[in-house]
Amino acid sequence: MNDIVTLQGVAKRYTRGKETVEVLHSLDLTIPQGDFVALMGPSGSGKTTLLNLIGGLDQPSDGEVRVAGERIDGLSGAALARWRARHVGFIFQFYNLMPTLSAQANVELPLLLTPLSKAQRRQNAQIALQIVGLADRAKHKPSELSGGQQQRVAIARALVADPTLLVCDEPTGDLDRKTADEVLSLLQTLNREHGKTIVMVTHDPKAAEYAQRQLHMDKGTLVPGNVP
Amino acid sequence: MLKQTLAVTAMNLKAIPQRLGTSSVIVIGIAGVVAVLVSVLAMAAGFHQTVANSGRDDRALVLRGGSQAEINSVIPRDSVQTILDAPGVRKTAQGKPIGCGEVVTIVNLPRIKDDNDSNVTLRGSCEQLQTLRPEIRLVQGRMFKPAVRELIAGAGAAQQFKGLTLGGQLHFRDSDWTVVGIFTSNGDAHESDLMADVDTVQSAFRRTGFQSVTALLESPARFDAFKDALTTNPTLTVDVRREREYYADQSKQLTKLLNFVAYFVGGIMAIGAMFGALNTMYSAVSARSREIATLRALGFGSTPVVLSVFAESLLLALAGAAIGAALAWLFFNGNAVSTLGRNFSQVVFRLTVTPELMLAGVWLGLFIGLLGGLFPALRAARLPIVDALRAS
Repeated sequence: MNDIVTLQGVAKRYTRGKETVEVLHSLDLTIPQGDFVALMGPSGSGKTTLLNLIGGLDQPSDGEVRVAGERIDGLSGAALARWRARHVGFIFQFYNLMPTLSAQANVELPLLLTPLSKAQRRQNAQIALQIVGLADRAKHKPSELSGGQQQRVAIARALVADPTLLVCDEPTGDLDRKTADEVLSLLQTLNREHGKTIVMVTHDPKAAEYAQRQLHMDKGTLVPGNVP
Repeated sequence: MLKQTLAVTAMNLKAIPQRLGTSSVIVIGIAGVVAVLVSVLAMAAGFHQTVANSGRDDRALVLRGGSQAEINSVIPRDSVQTILDAPGVRKTAQGKPIGCGEVVTIVNLPRIKDDNDSNVTLRGSCEQLQTLRPEIRLVQGRMFKPAVRELIAGAGAAQQFKGLTLGGQLHFRDSDWTVVGIFTSNGDAHESDLMADVDTVQSAFRRTGFQSVTALLESPARFDAFKDALTTNPTLTVDVRREREYYADQSKQLTKLLNFVAYFVGGIMAIGAMFGALNTMYSAVSARSREIATLRALGFGSTPVVLSVFAESLLLALAGAAIGAALAWLFFNGNAVSTLGRNFSQVVFRLTVTPELMLAGVWLGLFIGLLGGLFPALRAARLPIVDALRAS
């Protein structure tokens, strides 16, 4: 199976005033295509930083990050933005939907970065909303939807451009148990039936059980025994 | 790029109702600046139009040498005929030169709006008045008669000062004067004047000389010959100017002052409005930082984000500028006002809010919007995605 994500010797340091803090230490990781990985660990362990590097939202201080067959460390901001549009679908803890747009228009947003026609964009967004079971809510604004429904719209937005990788940062952190289970089941279905590779950061052990694999992080490194 | 920019801009604009309070700071601020600027410039334009458009190229005004204005000039009686006999002066069919030695004096009249006494020019002119100044048209009543204390009042003066109605009695210099006519004069400075028979004014005000001589020339090209004949005549010490140039010069200072006030006050207000716009757009960017970061995470470039902030700022500025220009036009265009002008007397003029002034106001508004949007737009572009995604 092809590796979608390969990290070699990745370190990330932040400078705060005169102090430099290393939050990731020489980290190696591979994630094969079709995997569903849950990244777990205590707060401050570096899991969101790692997720941001995989998703191309941030750049490593050292090491090599290769995702979807392309080396992305060192890409310029604009090139990285284009790369994200092609390869990554993001799902955030607080959904991050545009409040003034309908569910349909929110889902269509990533397609504005493609050469698709308006009619094609509309059709693809409708299909994505059908997949997440919200075709009948297409015209609703985010404020007219429940938390679970909003997160499903966000999942539809992440899916619609058919990205190589879905990157989820605490996708159920703001949801009750029942709704969280529905959202996680949906992610599981996307992984199992649609072959989507998913990397998910979570604090919740129950959420992690939906993944194929769990990776634990502590103090900026992956805890041995979990790394393939 | 265009698709992205339009989409992000549309999103920003749709969110304006949610930020109505802060957005209205830009609109109201810029509306105020544009309204003030356009109004004061309209005043300058109206004044300039009234005074600078007075006079003709084929009329010459003769003053005592070194006199800046008619009021401080004196031309002796015996010089008047010498001046009118000079070459270049147009003659009537009977061979009489067309021109008048005129007496200019100031009388006090109460203003209609506040009853305060103001200086008004009383011009003593000759029987050739309407041949010399064909633009003077009586719209009410009749022309004054010689040797009786009758006067005609300019339509501008009649709107501003008490007593200037047909049959109205005015009292100055121990005598009563009757208003027998109201005249227009193509909206020029003479519409602020009162006019009466020159000999009657001279006797009432105990004058022997004249303030000026105005002569109608055979053609504008004959001005030089006329001027040369007078300035080389050793019996005369006079300045000769084309009438149009004289009035243009008279308006220069006040126009300059009004322009200065417009740009100085407008400039200070514009700086204030710019900071208002800056503040509004900073808070708009700050309120939307998570949305902006999300769009950037999805792959939207920073240029569409920058352009969308500019578009929002410019659109709000345009709304403000349009409101300001419309208010200036609505409340001030055509309003008659008076100010101390030539001869230390009141000049009545109309505020003229021209399309050019309104357009200038709109450009200023857009410029304020552009500057106000600049730094917030750059901040939006430089927003660290990772940090902004976590913003609450």
